[in-house]
Order: sequence, then C-alpha cells, then structure tokens
Amino acid sequence: MKFTLSWLKDHLETDATLEQICERLTAIGLEVEDVDDKAAYQPFTIAKVVSAEQHPDADKLRVLMVDKGDGKPVQIVCGAPNARAGLIGALAEPGTYVPGIDVTLSVGKIRGVESHGMMCSERELDMSDDHDGIIDLPEDAPVGTSFAAYAGLDDPVIEINLTPNRPDCTSIYGIARDLAASGLGTLKTPQAPSFAVEGETTEDIRIVLDDESLCPGFAWRLVRGVKNGPSPKWMQKRLLAIGLRPISALVDVTNYMTFDQGRPMHVFDADKVKGDLVVRRAREGEKILALDERTYTLNPTNVIIADDNGPESIGGIMGGEHSGCDENTTNVLIESALWDPINIAKTGRSQGIITDARYRFERGVDPEYMVPGLERTTELVLEMCGGKAATARVEGYKGHEKKVVDFPFAEVGRLTGLSVSNEEATGILTGLGFEVSGSGDRVSVAVPSWRPDIDGKADLVEEVMRIHGVDNIKPAPLPAIGAVNEKILTTLQVRTRSAKRALAARGMLEAVTWSFIPEDQAKLFGGGKPELKLANPIAADMSDMRPSLLPGLIAAAGRNAARGYGDVALFEVSGTYEDDTPKGQRRVAGGIRRGTAGLTGSGRHWDGAAKPVGVFDAKADALAALEACGLPMGNVQIEQGGPDWYHPGRSGLIKLGPKVVLGHFGEFHPNTLDALDVSGPLCGFEVFIDKIPEPKRKATRTKPVLELSAFQALRRDFAFVVDSTVPAATLIRAAQGADKQLVTGVNVFDLFEGPSLGEGKKSVAIELIIQPRDRTLTEEDLDKLAKSVIANVEKSSGGVLRG
Amino acid sequence: MSQYQTLETSIMGEIAASADEAAIEAVRVAALGKKGSVSELLKGLGKMTPEERQEAGPAINGLKTRVADAIAARKTELRNAAITERLARETVDVSLPVRSSPAERGRIHPISQVIDEITAIFADMGFSIAEGPDIETDYYNFTALNFPEGHPAREMHDTFFFQPNADGERKVLRTHTSPVQIRTMEAQKPPIRIVIPGKTYRQDSDATHSPMFHQLEGLVIDKTANVGHLRWVLEEFCKAFFEVDDVTMRFRPSFFPFTEPSFEVDIQCDRTSGPIVKFGEGTDWMEILGCGMVHPNVLRAGGLDPDEYQGFAWGIGIDRIATLKYGMPDLRDYFDADVRWINHYGFRPLDMPTLFGGLSL
Repeated sequence: MKFTLSWLKDHLETDATLEQICERLTAIGLEVEDVDDKAAYQPFTIAKVVSAEQHPDADKLRVLMVDKGDGKPVQIVCGAPNARAGLIGALAEPGTYVPGIDVTLSVGKIRGVESHGMMCSERELDMSDDHDGIIDLPEDAPVGTSFAAYAGLDDPVIEINLTPNRPDCTSIYGIARDLAASGLGTLKTPQAPSFAVEGETTEDIRIVLDDESLCPGFAWRLVRGVKNGPSPKWMQKRLLAIGLRPISALVDVTNYMTFDQGRPMHVFDADKVKGDLVVRRAREGEKILALDERTYTLNPTNVIIADDNGPESIGGIMGGEHSGCDENTTNVLIESALWDPINIAKTGRSQGIITDARYRFERGVDPEYMVPGLERTTELVLEMCGGKAATARVEGYKGHEKKVVDFPFAEVGRLTGLSVSNEEATGILTGLGFEVSGSGDRVSVAVPSWRPDIDGKADLVEEVMRIHGVDNIKPAPLPAIGAVNEKILTTLQVRTRSAKRALAARGMLEAVTWSFIPEDQAKLFGGGKPELKLANPIAADMSDMRPSLLPGLIAAAGRNAARGYGDVALFEVSGTYEDDTPKGQRRVAGGIRRGTAGLTGSGRHWDGAAKPVGVFDAKADALAALEACGLPMGNVQIEQGGPDWYHPGRSGLIKLGPKVVLGHFGEFHPNTLDALDVSGPLCGFEVFIDKIPEPKRKATRTKPVLELSAFQALRRDFAFVVDSTVPAATLIRAAQGADKQLVTGVNVFDLFEGPSLGEGKKSVAIELIIQPRDRTLTEEDLDKLAKSVIANVEKSSGGVLRG
Repeated sequence: MSQYQTLETSIMGEIAASADEAAIEAVRVAALGKKGSVSELLKGLGKMTPEERQEAGPAINGLKTRVADAIAARKTELRNAAITERLARETVDVSLPVRSSPAERGRIHPISQVIDEITAIFADMGFSIAEGPDIETDYYNFTALNFPEGHPAREMHDTFFFQPNADGERKVLRTHTSPVQIRTMEAQKPPIRIVIPGKTYRQDSDATHSPMFHQLEGLVIDKTANVGHLRWVLEEFCKAFFEVDDVTMRFRPSFFPFTEPSFEVDIQCDRTSGPIVKFGEGTDWMEILGCGMVHPNVLRAGGLDPDEYQGFAWGIGIDRIATLKYGMPDLRDYFDADVRWINHYGFRPLDMPTLFGGLSL
C-alpha cells in the first residue's frame, strides 16, 4: 500500500515529520517498507534559456545559454526540437543523477562544444513517458527555485507492508485514522458530498444469484452529459506517485477512490450497455475481454455483471473493455457494489488476476461506505467532467449489523502484562471508531463496519496494546520449573542425534537433501505412489516425496564427483515417506561411500592406497548407526541379499527376528547407478531408526556384577571346508553353540577358495576364544570341546574339518 | 711375569678384540669353559701341595673373576652397540603424513548443530522438544490454526499440495511447524512448554528462500503466560544463541491468523561490515521471527478453554538464524550436499553444544 505524505495530510492534521510518521506507522503495526523522500529531485532547478544558437557541427543540436537565476548562464548542448530562447524548463547540472536515464551527469563535449548539464524531458525525470521535447513551463514559473517543489515532485512516497487483516488501511483515510488514534494528529472530517440531483437513473440492475451473500449490495447512478478528458494535474500526480498510470478522468476517479477511501468503483459507458445489467454467475466457458486487454474464460464460480451482449465486468475484480469509458463517453453509469471476499479471492486466484479492486474486496470493503462512496465519486465526476447526476439506486443491501464484543478491560493485562487504565483503553477504542458502552470493568464494544477482522476480546486487546505502545511491555521471566529438568528428548530424538554423531565420527559428512525427488528416482527406490506426488512441484524433478534417502545421497555423490571430489562419504538422518499419514513418515539413517572413501581415509597414501569401497564398508556403517542407537546387537541377524537397487550378491538385510527389517546395505546395482547417472564404486546403507524397539525400562541403573575369571584365556584355530553358499555366520553360531560358557568369542581369520578345494567350496578358518571359568582346562577338556565344535559346525554347515 | 699374568694378558687382549657376541662367547668358552685355559688351571689346584695351593689358589681364582667380569662387561658393551646399530637401521622419516582420524574428518551439518544448540538453550528453560509430520492435513496446517477457508492469509503461504484423494481431501506439505501446536495440545494437558524444530515447505526459491527450510516453533501454555514472558523468552534465547551479552529487540504489531495479538520481531544489529551481522550493537533492524499470544480459536481447536488457559507461540527460521550466526551466504547451498561446503561450514562430530561448555567454540 503506497501513498504520499501530502495525500495523507488531506486526512490528517499533523505537525509530525516524515520520520516521526514512519516510526509511528511501524510501531502501530503498519510496517513501513519503503520511504522515498524524493531527495533525488532536489538538484533540479527551474532555469530559463537566454539564447539558443545552432551547433556549428550538428544540424539537430543547439547550443543554449541557460540562466538558473544567478545571472551566470551556463552553456548546454541540447537536441530537443522545442529548445529555444525564452523557454523555461528543468535544469540538471553536472553531478546530478538523472533517474529516467539512470545517468549521473558530468561536463561533456558534444561534437566539440562543451555542455555543462542538461535541460530535462518529463521522461528523464520519470514524470511521464513524454520525450518529444524538454519540459516547457509557463512564463510565470519561478526561475532559480526547486523544480521538484514547483512540480510537486517533492512529495515523499511511503509504502507500507499491509497485513491481510487490515482492509481499513487499504485506504489512506484509514491510515490517517490509525495515526490520529495513536495521538499523531487529528483526523479531518470529510465534508459531505453536495451536488444537485437531476433526473432518474433509468438503467435497471438486477441481482440474480442463488446465494445473495455473493453480492450483498449494489449501488449505482447515471451521470448524463459528461466530458471525459484527462483528470486534473493534482490527481494525475498522486496516481503517478503511487505507480498508477493516469488514463482519463472517469477512470482516474475510480482509482483515486480505491486508494483514498479503500472503495473500489467501476464506471460503465451507459450508451454501450445493451438492456438491463444483471449480476449473475458466469456460465461455463463464457468469455470476457477485460480492461487489461486479455480475454478470460469464465466459469460459474465467477460472479459477473452482464447485459444483453454478455459479460461486461468481472464483479469486484476487473471491468470489461466493451463497456469501458473512453473520450467519447457522455453518459456514465457509476457502480459501487459489495462482493463476497472469499469468492473474490477464488475468482482472482483461478483467473490469475491481481488488481487493486480484488486486493480490497478479498480483504473486506466497508459495507456502510457503499452509498457514501457512490456519492463522493459522483461529486468528483461532476467536478471534473461536468454532467448531471441522476438519482442513486441501491439493490440488495440489507444494512450492516455491528458486531458487539463483551470486553473485560482486565483482558489487556491478562494477555499482555500491560497495565492500561480503563479510560485510556476506552479512549483508544473510541479513536479507532469503536463504540464503547456500559461502565466499570466490563463494557460492550461495538465494532465499526470497516473492521471485519475484529471478532473477540483478544482482537480488542491487540488494538489497545498496539496504540498504547508495544514497547511499554517489559520482559518478565517465565516462572522457574523449580527442579532439575527431566529428560526432554524422546527416544527417537536421542537416537537420531546419536546416529548422526556416530556416522560423522566414522568420517562421513552430514548432508541435508531435498524431501522431494524426481519421479523416476522415487520409483526406482520403491516409491512413486500417487498420494506422495505433489500437485504443484516447484520443479519437475522435485515431484515425489522420497521413499529413501539413497537417491538424494547418490545424486549428491555424483555432483561432487563432477566437481572433482570423487571420494566422498555422505550420510543423512531424516524422514522418508511410505504414505501420506504421520505413521508413514519414517526416521531413517542412510549413508553412501564412493570411490575409496573408507573409514580410515581415501585415496593413495605412502603407507598403502585406500581400497575401493564395498559392501562391508556399508555394513559396518549400518551396524555402527544401529549400535549408536542403543540396539543390543546380539539378536541382529544378517541375511544375504537386499532390495532391488542393490547388487544382489553384494547386499544384505539387517533383521531383528524373522519379521522386523531394521535396514539394508550393499553395493549398488549397475542399473541403479546408470539411472542416477553416477559411476561407482558406490556402496550405501539405510537403517530404520524408528523400527528399533523402545528399550525396556530398567528397575535400576546398576550394571550387572562383573565376573572376572582368574584363569588364562586360550585360543584354538579350526578350518572347515564348506559349500561356497554357506554363510560364515552359520559356522560362527555353531562354534559358539558348542559351549556357550567356555566359548566367549569366534573370529573368522581366513577365507580361501581355490581349485584344491574343489568347485563350489571354500575354506573358512575360525579362531575360538576360550575362557575357563573355575579351573585350568586339561588337554582332555580341550579335546572334548574341540570335538564338540567340529561336530556342531559340520552338522550345521554340511562341511568338513580341513585336514 | 708369572704364567698367570701372561695368560690374563692374553685373554684380556682377546676380550678386547672380540667384535661381536659370537666372538666373546668363543673367548668365554676358551677361558672359562669346561676345558678352558682358566678352568684347566683351576683343575690343576688339586695336584698341588698345600703350600703351592695357598699361593696359586687366590691367584687363579682372582684371574677367573677378573676374566668373567671382563667378559660380562664386554658382552653388555657389544649388545648395546648391536641395539644401537639396529635402531639406527630402523630409523624412519617421521615427517611422513599420517591418516587423519575419522572423528576429525566427519562433519555435522549446520542445521543439526544449530538444532542441538537450540535444544540446549530451551532445555535449560524447562522446554521439551516435540515433532510432527511433514505431510499434513489441511485441518492441522490451516483450519485448526484459524486460517478460514479462502482467507487471503492462506495464499501468503505458497503451499505445496498433494493430489486430492478419493474423498477429495487434499493433503499439504506443512508450511510451518505450527500444526504441531495443535497436535501437542491434543496429546497433553497444560502446562505446556515445547519447542518444535522441523522441516517446512513453501513454493519459493531464491537466495533467501528455499522450497524446503527449517523452522523452530515454540509454544507455552499455562494460566498466566503473557507478552512480557514471551519477550523474556525470546530475548534470553537470542542472547544465548548468538552468544552476546545483550540484544535489543523490537516487537512490531503484526498479523498471523493463529496468534492475537501478533508481532513481528526485529533485532538490532550492525550490518555495516558487509555480510557479517553483529548483534548487540549498531543501528539497523533485522526481522528475525514472528510470534504472538495463541489465538482463542487455536486454543479451542486444541480442546482448551481460552478463558482458562492462555499462552504464546513463536516461529523462527532455523536456517536463517544459522546463517546469521555462522555466515553462510546462500540458503540453497544448505541442501546441495557439496562436500566443500559441508567441510567448511559443518561441525566436528565431537563438538556437542552444551550450556556448560559453551554452545560453540
């Protein structure tokens, strides 16, 4: 919302400076976004051309001597056709910034003749598009004074960032009212419009709507015999200052009313209207050529004003070209109507039309100003265009019933901590147009018709508070909780943090990638469900909620590789989406390693180059993340093979019991890498942190008693030849199972496959750690244990002890 | 010179001449071994007369002791020389670089670190951390937060929508963390003191807007919380977070559908030194958050009586305050996973923000 200082002062009697006004506007909730104090126009001076000679070397240039009132004319080379001796115009001297051409002037030589400045055109001063010649002022223009002051260009422009709840401040009058209520001046009472009414408005307007709230009122009047020329300079200047293009008096008046009073108006050329005007829903597919010279295809959501020719205006949003006013208009039909805010918003949004009228109607236009607005507009039309005003007519308006709020003054203190006296609160509300009735600590407050945003007590508290001054509210400590705070994170939150720190401590970098990924990637990783597809993605490749963290991380590895960083280890702990319910949002830790970015480091090194990453790097990361989350690892099982996006022979599932899949890991399938346009070696993992069971609440924090054996631990080695497909885990489990008391650890220390073992066979060498409990073991004891280990392993693995 | 002296001189000469442990061992065997020269002399004692023995005994035994000591000393000398020589051979160039520790190489993303910093601060003020889903219903994201259907305020949110389901219901990506206010009120009775960090989404993209960003919501509900408390909480938070002794904040009346009264909050700062923003000094104002007293309709939506309960809420951009504190220039870089960026702006895994140790180094 833009306005000029002089325009504001039409409505506000005040001595406050521009700075004070701006400060107050922000303080009462009308945030000043921008102020143009027009200082840029200060250097332009009214000056008179003393002489104009032909340039010696250029046909179209003249050499002027220009006097700016000090009797010391300066020489200026000028190409304007109207440059002549005696002309009075606007002079810019060297050093001046000329806004219309975005140039700071300096002394120059034009075809060999020195030029000490410039006589400006209107376009060069950003006043209009006129560039046919330099500014040509009347003879009485005061030479030597500020051109900006003379031309009214020194009127500061203030722009406020208006919140959507304040339709009353879409008008300069409303802004003045707020400022006056805050004590920064006095609101001027506008004079009641006065003009003679002659004749009847014969044009009928009918409202034909299934829902009358779509158009709760329509007022109109005919003005006969107008002459529609340009609007007066003062009005044009104001409109230009706030960024509106003057068109003609009739159109400019409606724009002026929109800003001055927040009352959008419309004018029809009555002679172009055929038959009665009807307010109705548009028919599906009806078309209108609007004033912006675009054709809109309408639908029944849109409420229009139509005649026998069809749609003439989109109600409350934009008029039609056909019945618009032009220089030939002699009979004008002025419309002041009310429209349903929600329907205006819908129509504006669906048609993609943003206008000053829509801006106001969708926020809520003061219903009680519908008729006064028509009167004021008529008065302005008569002033500028002459003519005779016929009777005003009103259709559909049932009057406005004021909301009344039951208001205990104590609410102000309760919600804000301020202490404001009942008298002051009453004064503030009255100043804003509320009517306070009753007495004592609890009053009835009637809400003015221009404040549809006020609903209840809290809204009134805000009114009192913002005018009284928010700065008066002093910070007050929250009451202490009176104890050491309890644990404040949920188990999931604790696990999320632990997983992040654990993975970072493994040399990985934490990434945060997009929650939405391309559709093909989502499908590749088991997603792409219709309910997870955005209807309005910001880009085509950000269309689907990710089913997995991996595509984002793999793609990131690819981008880094393309920048020359091929050995990367990235992880993310965040959400993935199985469906669109809260439960469908998973908490996942995922990571990838590319190139040689293993745990100990990447790349070549004098002590041995890092190996290409592989399935076991990913497995170690996955298990580390789970372990960091506090999962007891004893019950975790690893199953060969993972989801489709992995290498089928180099991937695995991490399971807890037969049903719960806690995660997966592996090297990626070549097709996956192809689809993501990334080259390997690349491995990765995902673990589902939200699937880890909640730890059982222990009765005590005391750890179990530590039992230390006094006897030396022993190690014994065994090697078995088994089928290649037998998992090492089977051998480990079987060996452990031989004596759970004595065997405290089993390590696989060698793997061998070779022709000597036969096709499809491998040798697995294991080391048992044997911890005697209550006595030193004899050779007999050890033989017995060894036999039991061999028997167990051979039975479960189908292999034989390697001789 | 007696024969003993001659022998001693000879053996001592051999000891001194032995160059390694094998040579000295040979000398020892030759002198003190079973058939060694000194041992033979000792054996000869038995055949001597008592007189002869009285004289020869001490002489031979003295010779034996001296020879044995000399051999032991020479042995030690030779072993030390051998060790010294071996160690010299084993010398390496210790200037060769070693691999860095994974715990030093790894990085925590600034967003995670800042959330941990925020958690540390609010934990101290008695707050808990709540969370909620990214995919929300229209009800939780808008209606329950007092955004009337069709209200222009809904449009300010540039919402991402999903395709309508069979019932015509259209879910959204939450545009703010505020839906968790309602979810919390539904799940727990006041007093409530929570902060809600999380991902939020709006259809907007430039250097300071990203279609995905992070927000921190705060909610306090009890029977007395007012704007004064709100000011205190936010001032204390800003001081602690930006690690400055003092901040000046400006509360401007504003509008959010879910709070009434509502404020936008500016923080006084110095922006004269380029991209670096200094808080607690200067004459510029920077908008950093929105807040207000929870709207009565929102309390009602959460099942609370607005005449009995009251409270305040605020929302602040996590990425934004991370940027203000740590200086990342472009918001879009947060989500690009460029390892150079993460290495530079990320945090070491063991640098856990705490109040007792200071939030940052």
